[in-house]
Amino acid sequence: MRIDVNAFVGEYPFRKLEATDPPCLLAAMDRVGIDQAWVSSLPAVFWKDPTEANEDLYRMAEIHPALRPVPAIHPGLAHWADHLARAAAAKTPCVRVDATFYGVNAHGPEMAAVIARAADLGLPIVMAAKLEDGRQHHPHDTTPDLSAATVRGLIRMHPKLRLLVTHADRDLIEQVHFGATPAESGRIWWDICWLWGPPMDDFDHLVHAVGAGRFCFGTGMPLRIPESAAAKLELLRCSDADRDGIDGGNAVDLGFS
Amino acid sequence: MIDVHAHFYHPAGGRPDWAERNQSRLDAGDRIGVRWHVASILGSWGRTSPTYFPSPADLSIANDALVRLAAQHGRIRGYVAVNPNFTAHALTEIDRGLAAGMIGIKLAASRRATDPLLDPIAEAARNQGVPVLHHVWQHRRREWPGQEASDGAELTALARRHPAVPFILAHIGGGGDWLHTLAVVRPAANVFVDLSGSGVDAGMLERCLAAVGVERLLWGADLTLCTGLAKYRYLERILSAADLDRIARRNAMAIFPAGAFGDDR
Repeated sequence: MRIDVNAFVGEYPFRKLEATDPPCLLAAMDRVGIDQAWVSSLPAVFWKDPTEANEDLYRMAEIHPALRPVPAIHPGLAHWADHLARAAAAKTPCVRVDATFYGVNAHGPEMAAVIARAADLGLPIVMAAKLEDGRQHHPHDTTPDLSAATVRGLIRMHPKLRLLVTHADRDLIEQVHFGATPAESGRIWWDICWLWGPPMDDFDHLVHAVGAGRFCFGTGMPLRIPESAAAKLELLRCSDADRDGIDGGNAVDLGFS
Repeated sequence: MIDVHAHFYHPAGGRPDWAERNQSRLDAGDRIGVRWHVASILGSWGRTSPTYFPSPADLSIANDALVRLAAQHGRIRGYVAVNPNFTAHALTEIDRGLAAGMIGIKLAASRRATDPLLDPIAEAARNQGVPVLHHVWQHRRREWPGQEASDGAELTALARRHPAVPFILAHIGGGGDWLHTLAVVRPAANVFVDLSGSGVDAGMLERCLAAVGVERLLWGADLTLCTGLAKYRYLERILSAADLDRIARRNAMAIFPAGAFGDDR
């Protein structure tokens, strides 16, 4: 079973996208054999209140069961606990807390409160290291990439926090993995959309150095074509068991249910 | 398939794993179906002179290493990499490399494409009948450290001065604003767009096709064969077999010297 842990619906504020609604996402999933996608709202990442798209995501999932909603939680807004409870009740696979995009202190007290509650509920938190290559940012897109120090700090904030980081490159992953205890790094998962295959073989190296169990199939659709994640996995040299885990098994282990 | 934007490494470069990286490219190329890797080596890759400002001595060593690799592996063809700031060396190196079987010229980012110092290089390309692969930063809005990069508009200015030379605009997916590039290269008939680079933005391939058509697109991978494969798979779905074949190899065969790819037709 192939699970895409890094998919979005909706428009992007900095570039025109052609295929952003759920039927388009499902068609793209079919192209590369994705059975299930964990879906966030792309425009909501940039909204003052990103939770305003959450109900749309729940409705989307009712119509399209292959699309699992990933509601957003904004630690700086008073209703965050209600949205977290709603996510737990709806058994969403995780919740989205993009501190860098929201302009929230990732290590501050508001974030700590959300992390503690999510951890107690068993709900993993997902956040994007970036959405686009920094070299192509719109001049007004000044959101910094998620830093290794931020991720290391986050995983130390609560012993039961489980974290999924998308769009991370090899450097970020290694700086976190080897800057954390095995118990800490064992609570972090990474999607594969920003890892490169041959000839540099970053993905291959990480699977062997960090462990295949830490990686999940992710595409970054609709900003990126899903064929890329499929090609990375196709070219990866690993055991069938490791490949199955990255394809979907690790996501099953990670996701809240 | 012909990868028009490949790189290899050599013992005098900075990477201790140079042989492993080379083998990885060849192995993955075999799996993907790459028949020819058209490659360059940018001097010492930073070990003894900067990657994008390679010294003449490092370039000669690198070009020699690539000629040796091509001789060892039947599926490698070479670009002569030169630094236009050293005109005499660059022209000698072009003659020497092409005589040794290399099939194109590689310009990295040692001097902006609008500079007259690039004219003798382009003239040499015209005289020898070979294309020039030019490193490009898609929409260079400022100076970037480590290179004197050119963007699509700047390369197009060079191409206008040398209309008989095919210029390959490097890695449209290699970072920067590809929309800016596609808007400026549209009317430049002798600028070909290479699809390499790690970028796999949705909509990029459709806009490449709209801007320059299948006739001026070239498949390539640069340092990420996975994204090269992804783009090939995507194009496979939206193009006819004949059009895909043009991008994958026939357009390249048309701009490189006759016989550059053996008996392939």
